[in-house]
Amino acid sequence: MAKLTRRSFAALALAAGMAGGAANAADVEVRMYFPVAVGGPVTKIIDDYAAAFEKENPGIKIKPIYAGDYQQTVAKVLTAVKGGDTPETAILLAADLFLLTDEDVVTPIEDFVKTPEDKAWLATFYPAFLENAKIGGKTYAIPFQRSTPVLYWNKDAFKAAGLDPNKGPANWAEMRDMAKKLTKKDGSGAVSQWGIQIPSDGNTAWLFTGITTGNGARLTNADGNKVSFDDPKVIEAVQAWYDLSKVDGTQPSGLISWGATPRDFIEGKAAMIWHTTGNLTNIKSNAKFDFGVGFLPGMKQNGAPTGGGNFYVFKGVPQAKQEAAFKFIKWMTTPERAADWSVKTGYVATSPNAYDTPAMKAYTDGFPQAIVARDQLKYAVSELTTHENQRVTKVFNDSLQAAMTGARPADAALKDAQREAERILKDFK
Amino acid sequence: MTGIRNTVHAWLLVLPACVLLATFTHIPIVTTFIQSLYSTAKPRRPARFVGLENYEAMLADPIFWKSLWNNLIYAGVSVPISVALAIVMALFVNGKLRGRGFLRLAYFTPTVLPMIAVANIWLFFYNPQYGLVDQFLKPFGISGVNWLGSQDTALWCLIVVAIWKEAGFFMIFYLAALQQISPDLREAASIEGAGRWTFFWRVTFPLLMPTTLFVLVNAVINAFRLVDHIFVMTAGGPDNATSVLLFQIYIVGFKFFDQAYAATLTIVLLALLALLAIGQFLLADKRVHYQ
Repeated sequence: MAKLTRRSFAALALAAGMAGGAANAADVEVRMYFPVAVGGPVTKIIDDYAAAFEKENPGIKIKPIYAGDYQQTVAKVLTAVKGGDTPETAILLAADLFLLTDEDVVTPIEDFVKTPEDKAWLATFYPAFLENAKIGGKTYAIPFQRSTPVLYWNKDAFKAAGLDPNKGPANWAEMRDMAKKLTKKDGSGAVSQWGIQIPSDGNTAWLFTGITTGNGARLTNADGNKVSFDDPKVIEAVQAWYDLSKVDGTQPSGLISWGATPRDFIEGKAAMIWHTTGNLTNIKSNAKFDFGVGFLPGMKQNGAPTGGGNFYVFKGVPQAKQEAAFKFIKWMTTPERAADWSVKTGYVATSPNAYDTPAMKAYTDGFPQAIVARDQLKYAVSELTTHENQRVTKVFNDSLQAAMTGARPADAALKDAQREAERILKDFK
Repeated sequence: MTGIRNTVHAWLLVLPACVLLATFTHIPIVTTFIQSLYSTAKPRRPARFVGLENYEAMLADPIFWKSLWNNLIYAGVSVPISVALAIVMALFVNGKLRGRGFLRLAYFTPTVLPMIAVANIWLFFYNPQYGLVDQFLKPFGISGVNWLGSQDTALWCLIVVAIWKEAGFFMIFYLAALQQISPDLREAASIEGAGRWTFFWRVTFPLLMPTTLFVLVNAVINAFRLVDHIFVMTAGGPDNATSVLLFQIYIVGFKFFDQAYAATLTIVLLALLALLAIGQFLLADKRVHYQ
């Protein structure tokens, strides 16, 4: 609030034509739309970064604009662009890459990469995060708030079930066995503790990409115009997921709530869950038991999707402003900042250098669970990213939900989804 | 001369209202309709006139039919129940009983709460393991039902939330109407030997008809308009089991960015609401007597 007041005062001073007004008028203003997708004082952290950057870079004014969740933010940005009021930069979903390039509103980062130092910087990011940032060799996005799902397990529940509390499941078969031992029923036959919960009501396709990748399937191609929802390995993956509920009875039947699952875990109602690393801080501060964090157990191999948001730079604004935005993005992704952002929010830091900083080392030494997501990145692939991404993802989500609720057999649902997705993508071949 | 001056005067007085209505209601409706006849503009493919193609695509879209059907069930069930409940609650708190003010407040509370907050509370009520609903039904041998995660129950769960939220609001109108009814009528009826039931059906209920019409029109509109809780509780799932028209319009317009198709769906929703409102007024015209 104090900052706001200072700013409004500055604006007043400018309007009144007081001394110093002329210098301010020459400032390059960079507007940045950003969403908040995790708990914590994210807006304040971003505002503080902006203020710190302004202090180090006189002549540039950063104006962060909080715009709701990812969906609301991209809607506001596109509306602003259509209204001729294009912002310089924004943090939007990595998976919106094709949406933004198809709408022709973003510009490649290479336009601003000139010095060898810039080139070195662009090469520091984890390749898994850049996968859905590039089209045809051009980088359209810079990774910022990125996440990946991991498996959380309750060590007390493991002990009670006679399992080694320090070892999570290494693969799908092990996870199935452990889940059976961890599922507990009360006197009336009702389940009081589920063995495993993999949420399916929201972000369905995202977590499911963890299962398909672990089964050696790729859901889409790099051009974002082909999907393989009806690949036998994908159908097998849905079946395996469904069987946890239907055959093993170690997972609740029907859709499992994305929002309630971390709470189920904290309350001891679910012994193992799959969820985003973004919930690490939440679980750490609320769970009254010791818990472990591990890779997603794969059916054939390790594998996980990446998720979260990237910086984009917009077309149609003066080059000086774009350059200023680029400077800010570079500053925001320096190892020190990336480490600080990761510690404060639970997002995965976007470059290996961030993990070598003293701040990050101190954090991970005291809390080794935080390093699992980083180590899993070498097996990670981009989440489902196609042209007409939201539409294709919705088709896929619907078919997965139909299969998970038992309303339709997995293969029939996925074959329909494939047909529908091909219809949507036919213009992009 | 005074006639003309009067006319000018009258028009000037309604001008602000006309400007507001035109700017925010009439012009948007017209532009939405025009937009529904064009394709969605893309940078490489500007919008072109496609006639009724969007409407044809809509008729072939199973999610549109699913949403329409869901919406009809949603309205068809939630409207009569919430209105009936509102009457019962109003009659109850209109009587002489201890703690009347407190009860009125309790019935009205759900109306005051924002829908998003309500949805978050109910999300945990419906939790299959520690939710309030589960705790309540456990003694009856019903436990572990995945209320929001199953196609058979999800829509009904949302209907319950809507009724809970709306009934208290409608109760206020009925309560106001009940207090307008003269106590003489009750005295006269009791002298004639009419029972409470007869009195309600023959006197109270007909006198409440103007309120009922008002409440019904509002309830029907709300049943198509109130979708906030769907975003929080189910996001339209499982597999579109809880998708309704307005929700689908949001998805198409702001997730798919297909403005033309969103405009098409909007026109259909508007037409549907207009038809329902006209129907209610025509039907009610015969039954409603204003004093």
